[in-house]
Amino acid sequence: MADTNPSKPPSLYAAREPIFPKKVFGKFRRLKWVIMAVTLGIYYLTPWIRWDRGPNLPDQAVLVDLGARRFFFFWIEIWPHEFYFVAGLLVMAGLGLFLFTSALGRVWCGYACPQTVWTDLFILVERWIEGDRNARLRLHRQKKWDLRKLRLRLTKWVTWILIGLATGGAWVFYFTDAPTLARDLMMMNAHPIAYTTIAILTATTFFFGGIAREQVCTYACPWPRIQAAMIDEDTLIVGYREWRGEPRKHSEAVKAGEPQGDCIDCMACVNVCPVGIDIRDGQQLECITCALCIDACDDMMDKIGKPRGLIDYMALTDEARERAGETPKPILSHILRPRTMLYTGLWSLVGVLLVFALFIRPDIEMTVAPVRNPIFVTLADGSIRNTYEVRLLNKHGDDRPFRLTVTGDPAVRLQLEGTPYDTVTVPADATKLQRVYLVAAPSARAARVEHSDIRLWVEDTSNGDRAHKDTVFNGKDQ
Amino acid sequence: MAKKKDKSQEVETTGHQWDGIEEYNNPLPRWWLWMFYACIVWGIWYVIAYPAWPMISGATEGYKGWSTRANIAADIAEAEAANAKINAKLAGTELAMIGEDPELQVYAASAGAAVFKTWCAQCHGSGAAGAKGYPNLLDNDWLWGGDIESIHTTIRHGIRSDKDDDTRYSEMPAFGELLEKEEITAVVNYVMSLSGTPQDASLVAPGAVVYADNCAACHMEDGGGDREQGAPNLKDAIWLFGGDYDTLTQTVTYSRYGVMPPWTTRLTDAEMRAVAAYVHQLGGGE
Repeated sequence: MADTNPSKPPSLYAAREPIFPKKVFGKFRRLKWVIMAVTLGIYYLTPWIRWDRGPNLPDQAVLVDLGARRFFFFWIEIWPHEFYFVAGLLVMAGLGLFLFTSALGRVWCGYACPQTVWTDLFILVERWIEGDRNARLRLHRQKKWDLRKLRLRLTKWVTWILIGLATGGAWVFYFTDAPTLARDLMMMNAHPIAYTTIAILTATTFFFGGIAREQVCTYACPWPRIQAAMIDEDTLIVGYREWRGEPRKHSEAVKAGEPQGDCIDCMACVNVCPVGIDIRDGQQLECITCALCIDACDDMMDKIGKPRGLIDYMALTDEARERAGETPKPILSHILRPRTMLYTGLWSLVGVLLVFALFIRPDIEMTVAPVRNPIFVTLADGSIRNTYEVRLLNKHGDDRPFRLTVTGDPAVRLQLEGTPYDTVTVPADATKLQRVYLVAAPSARAARVEHSDIRLWVEDTSNGDRAHKDTVFNGKDQ
Repeated sequence: MAKKKDKSQEVETTGHQWDGIEEYNNPLPRWWLWMFYACIVWGIWYVIAYPAWPMISGATEGYKGWSTRANIAADIAEAEAANAKINAKLAGTELAMIGEDPELQVYAASAGAAVFKTWCAQCHGSGAAGAKGYPNLLDNDWLWGGDIESIHTTIRHGIRSDKDDDTRYSEMPAFGELLEKEEITAVVNYVMSLSGTPQDASLVAPGAVVYADNCAACHMEDGGGDREQGAPNLKDAIWLFGGDYDTLTQTVTYSRYGVMPPWTTRLTDAEMRAVAAYVHQLGGGE
């Protein structure tokens, strides 16, 4: 049973250790700046792109119209019943993530994840206002809140809030006409939901980017756990060439007289790390593979005249091969393996299917629901009438005249509720519910047998587009 | 994080030991603990604020006085307030003009469907197909008239109701007391001949004489019926109680007629107009 430990037991809970990433230069840092500019640019500017769809439809290129239940994406318009397009895109996003993770590790986390991008932006702001790592550390340790600390902190927080405001502000533009909403927001007469959404997103942006930062990745996000199943020994991850670096300077081994490795224990890799780990400890759950430690170490290796790549992108097998004196596998043979090719194949398959579905999609459609209560009605002259609830879908930007006809039994006549004609006008980009009656004369076969197969047709009389649905006519079973 | 590990890169233990097995200490962030305490505080507040503890007859009410029943009452009041404007418009529009206003027509038909399923479906069926003795409202055969005005009058005042002075009224005599059995058999065969139902052709001619003397006053010479009196059309394919020999003999001998309550006492003007518009657009409206 439990053994009593005479010494005081350690605490089971730890306070967060604040992290002050140091400024870094290098090719990965440049790449990250570019990706940040592109992703933020896409996010903030997309709602402002215009796309002409005619007078009856919105002219915003990307618009999620929740009220009208339409999703516009440039030339594509998705109706609620076509949500499988969105599902397909999500499947592609999932497979894409699998592919990139099995090939390049947590490349999504390190470069493109919104949490990373916004945190990077917030750290950049923090550095501009409070200075680099050492200045920020000093400010953090300074207990007294003098005017300078107050001024710096307030400036930083206000800037963060402004970024948060812009983030939440951009979000709402995806859901309604951006210029109109922008005007309404300025005049303070936009819908309260817009203000609430902006307020919530401002708060979450401030909190996730400014306060929580790497804790979101470490504690809240499930992805790091899932990735353990995606990464294998051929995956390119950020690693430390231990065989080359160790024993590092200041270590017991060096003090004991062993020859020193390339690592001078300058802590540059630790100081730039946004999640506060030491990459030299090996693969760790916290590491988002942002590669900033590679830049920091390469910079240091250049300065001391050692070859670059003490910390580098490498596969786990490379470490072992290099240690044994063999040449590591080329990068391409790490990336091209059955697993990644399978993911690529699946990804492309879903993509091709989606594109195919998009091209064969009609802009005239109909659904037919036979009324079953009752299944038929006897009319005064003995005719048998069946009723159908028909939904006519006009996916065009103009009002269109739709004519309904029936085939399958020439004795079955068609009538529409509310109009003596066989043509109804369906408004632009809308669904019309139309009750349709089919009547079979008493002597007709359809009136006397239990079921007859019939086919309802809808045709746009203006251009001849048409669609059909098969259904059943119920007669008096005799 | 690195500080939490000792020189040999091992994680500290909690100090617990069971048969030589030690427990690693990978500490949780402290704010996580605070969230746990916050949840406890919130849970206590929730139990005080909302219905929580089950008692013998109900549960503790909670200081906020929240209840699902009150929520529904508020929702209904809100929906009624939201519909007040269009209900007023419906009550003020001439019945025949409802169909001219697409918005009003759609509203009346769907509001009427709700009224119908609440008050009318018990007799006429949820699909309005009726039952024996209860008219089918989908066909084009109407006892008292199938235009929206007539339907509305029927709904307002009912049929053969003793609670409404303007109710629709008529009564078929029980001919069992007035006619001989043979005469009834004959007239039944004549009536069957009117709608082309197979009958005993030898009795049609004597039946016609009985019909002209006793039935034609209400059901008309040709058997076409009279909507002023709610007398059914005997020529068509639709029978309220049944068109076979036995049923018709029973009808003639003992007479039958249905009743329908007047709805002015239970429904608002707008509701009665809505349900009239709903019935009118079911396929048989004139």
